[in-house]
This record gives sequence, C-alpha cells and structure tokens, in this order.
Amino acid sequence: MVIHMKQTKTKKKDINKAGYLFVLPFIIVFLIFSVYPVLRTLYLSFTNAKIAGVGTMDFVGLNNYKRVLTDKFFWKALGNTARIWGLNIVLQLGLAFLLMMVFSDIKYKMSGLAVFRIIYYLPNLIACTSVAFLFKTLLDWRYGTANQLINMIYKFFGATYNPVDWLGTAAHAGSTISIIQTWMWFGNSFIMLMAGVQGISKDYFEAAAIDGAGRWTVFGKITLPLIRPILLYVAITSLIGGLQLFDLPYLMADKASASYNSVQTVVMYLYKFGFETGTTQVGYASAIAYVLFLIILVISVIQFKLFNRKEQ
Amino acid sequence: MKGKSIGFCIKKTILYLLLILLGTVCLFPFLLMMVNATRSGVEITRGFTLIPSNHIKENWETVFSYFNLFKGMWNSVKVAVPATLLTAYFSALTAYGLAMYKFKGNSVIFYTIVIFMMIPGQLGLIGFYNLCTKLHMVNSYAPLIIPAIAAPGTVFFLRQYVLSVLSPSLVEAARIDGANELYTFHKIVLPIMSPGIATMAIMGFIGNWNAYLLPMIILNKNEKFTLPVMMATLRASTDIQSNQGAIYLAVAISVIPILLVFSFFSKYIISSISAGGVKE
Repeated sequence: MVIHMKQTKTKKKDINKAGYLFVLPFIIVFLIFSVYPVLRTLYLSFTNAKIAGVGTMDFVGLNNYKRVLTDKFFWKALGNTARIWGLNIVLQLGLAFLLMMVFSDIKYKMSGLAVFRIIYYLPNLIACTSVAFLFKTLLDWRYGTANQLINMIYKFFGATYNPVDWLGTAAHAGSTISIIQTWMWFGNSFIMLMAGVQGISKDYFEAAAIDGAGRWTVFGKITLPLIRPILLYVAITSLIGGLQLFDLPYLMADKASASYNSVQTVVMYLYKFGFETGTTQVGYASAIAYVLFLIILVISVIQFKLFNRKEQ
Repeated sequence: MKGKSIGFCIKKTILYLLLILLGTVCLFPFLLMMVNATRSGVEITRGFTLIPSNHIKENWETVFSYFNLFKGMWNSVKVAVPATLLTAYFSALTAYGLAMYKFKGNSVIFYTIVIFMMIPGQLGLIGFYNLCTKLHMVNSYAPLIIPAIAAPGTVFFLRQYVLSVLSPSLVEAARIDGANELYTFHKIVLPIMSPGIATMAIMGFIGNWNAYLLPMIILNKNEKFTLPVMMATLRASTDIQSNQGAIYLAVAISVIPILLVFSFFSKYIISSISAGGVKE
C-alpha cells in the first residue's frame, strides 16, 4: 500500500512536468515574436538608428526621448489623437449606455434585443480600409452622395446648402473621423454592457420588484453598481485602442489636403519615422512608441483608480 | 393591456422608432454602397437616388483593370486561415497546460500573458519589423502567420473556459486507462473545449482578415497584398469623379466575404464580444 502510494506520487510529478510540453510552443513563439520586438524597440529608442539593421548606429542615451518631449509635431499629433478619441468615446459610450438603459428598463421591457444587437454590430465587422473608402467616397464634397442628400433635405425646407468639405478641412475632418469611429464601435460597446446586465442575477430584480422599487431606483442601485467593472473594462480597452488610432485617419486624409495636420495621430507620426521611405528614423520612432505607451499606462491607472474609489 | 396607459404605449413606440432609426443609420451606408455600385460615375455625380442603374458591368471592368480583388481575397485566405487554425490549436494546448498542470513557472507565464494583453500593439511594431528584416521574412506571409501560435488574449479566455467546462476526474480516468497526456488532450479535452475554441477562432479569423497595419508593413509586392492592403491602394486613384461607381463596387466586393461569415456565425461572434466584457 505504501509502495503503491509512493508510485502514484512520483507519477503525478511526472505528469505535471508534461505541462511544460503543452506550453512550450507558445513560449517559444511568444518570446520571439512578442517579447523580443517590445524589448528591441526599447533598445532602438536609445540609439540613433535610421533604418534598423542598415548602417551604423550609436547609443544616444535619452536624446530621442528629450526630442519627443520638445517635438511640437508630436504634441500636435497627441492633441489630434486625444481630440478625435475624446469626441469618439463620449459618443460611443454615451450611445451604448443609453441603449443599455433602454434594453434593461424594467418598465418598458423592450424586445428585439437579438436583432438590434446584430444590426448595431454590423459596421464593426468591415475592414477599416473598406469603411475608409466607402465614407471617403460618400463624403466627397463635390460629388459625394452625402452632400447630395443633405442638399435635398435643405431644398425640401427651402434653404440653400453650402457643401461642407467633411474630410478636407481642418475644422471638420477630426469630428468626421470621430463619428465614423463611433459608427463602427458603439455596437461593440453596447454588446459588452448588455452582457454585463444579463450577467446580473435575476433574483436582485425580483427582490426589487417585490419591494416595489421604481425603475430609476433599480437602475441606480442594482444595474449601475453591478456593471461598473464592465464599464471600466470598456473604458480601458477603448482607451488603448483609441490612442493607437491609425487606419481611418491614415486612409481618409490626403497628405496634400489642408486637414492632414489636424488628423495626424501619434501612430501615424510614428509610422512616418518608422516606415515611410525617406523619413525613417527608427530610433526616434521607437521613442515615440514608448512615450505613447507610458501615456496610455498612466491614463489607464488613473481610470482604474477613479473607478475603484467610487466603489468604496 | 394590464391597464397600461396610452402614454406608455406611445413612449414605447417612440423608443422603438428611435431604435429602428439608429439601425437605419448603421445599414444605410451599405445600401448606398450597393445602389451606387450599379451606377456610373456620371450618374452618381448628377444626384442621389436609391434606384439601381445598369452600369455594374462597366464598374466591374474598371475595378478589375485596376486590381484583381479575387487575388487579394485568396491571399487573405492564405494568411487568415492558417493563422486562425494555429491560434485555435495552440491556444487550446497552452490554456489546457496552464489550467491542468501544476509546474514551476506556471503563474509567471500566466501573469506575463495578462500583462501582454494590456500592452498596445504599436509598442513592438518597430522591433517586430526589425526582427522580420533580420530573419529575411519581409514580403512573406510567415510573420503574419507564425506569431498566431502565441495569442495571449485567446489563451487567457480559453484557460478560464477549460477550468469551467472540464472536470479533472475525466482526465484522471483517461490516465488510469493508460492514455498518454497528449492523446488525452486530443481525444477528450479538445472536443469538450470546442465551443469556446470556435468562439475565439471566429473572432480571430475576422481580426486576421481585416488586419491592415501589419500586413501593409510586411508586404511590399502587389501580388502578395491581402484584401485590405489591396483596397488601400485605391488611395492612389484620385479621380473620384469618374470612378465613383467602381470604388463603391470594389468596397462592396471586399465586404461580401465577411458578411457571409457573419450571417453563419453571428451567434458566436456576439457571444465572444460578451465574453470579452465578462471575463474581468
């Protein structure tokens, strides 16, 4: 009996060792293609490398970082990113939140969630490049369908419409991109918030109904506090995604247009130094990547702290 | 109706109308796209209508004289399918290994995965390209496919999933029967995990299919371009006036495959987004 026990014990140890084999492929690929690039970028950010791997490069300490902090084009790009993301997040989360309130309302008991959810999510499925060209063509200020449509509505009310250049002017391009971003992402946020509501135990709502609690009480005292972690999750993920905004502004704003400087985001600026022929300064691009990362990190921590403090 | 007032019914109707209006805003651009894809550039310039025209053939010829979208689709398939399969299989393997075996370093790996889930993708971009240059992988599909073996988010999700659906006694029983560990994983664990794997795989496929920045950086020869990268070369065609119809048609063709995927798998897709929110 004793011998038998000992046997199973050693066997169990061997079995646990098998775990290494299961995670080994992941670890190898992860170290090469995820961890190494992040560390390599860090290393490059302390050098004056022009094109990585080509020519000589010297260690320049914190020079690239100093340059980022004093580069007015970087700050302009950061400001653009914040402005586009700011309007986008207010609209996106606001809309998702309103929809969540409508569909979780205990008085109206709206049906059709499954269908609406799918329709609202649809724009999120389409590749950014397709969305970009669809709207770029629709919003073309001379020939685009959008301005024709607005013109028709104006005419209907007897007014004259002065065609707006939605993408070509600095005053409008940023907001236009924010709104398209919202169009693409509010369904996603809504589904996540709704999943949170559906995850709340029915018992709470039933107990509240027995107590005769009104809909606003139920919303404020049950729904809202219990979906707070998901609100935090949605806020942080959209922050990480939003500050990395690249595809839409990159594809929709022409370099030659007057609006380009007002929609150039941080990642577009990074791309310019990292990859565009003629302007590559890989060391500097790496420093931009790390500065952006630190900014995202700091704001995430602040968001996290704010949400957690309220909970107490 | 249980004594509910007329005011209540009116308000509810207004709410429904608003919801439908919002749905229309979501779908209307697609409708315009389909109608305009059948109209000539001149017709589109002349004015707005929802009545389709008969210029789809000319638009088609313009699009395919500019690039071969089907070639782009096929290239996207060549990237997205293997990448998705690798993510699905190796994430399940890793998740099972992390969830069911207690070995030294297990929690270190797990926390590293959690940290990397939060790290924005742009951080490693420069280093990644640098690595690909060194490995002579630029302009090949390898850097878009092989890294799919290590997908931290999918591993994280599947680890939680396997802990909730798999009872350890089932694995124990297989061991007593003398099955080796990998055999047990393939024959018993994988089938049980398959709904979770399918959910993550479909989202992974859509992500790979739609990816733009990374393929654009890695691929620099036209014949290698995936669909989104190919679509982005439209940037060069500035003559919107005469080619509008063709641009709409190109966008419409590029959108069709993903809409087909969605029509079959919308349930999985919705549930995977929901899971994203609940996992915290």
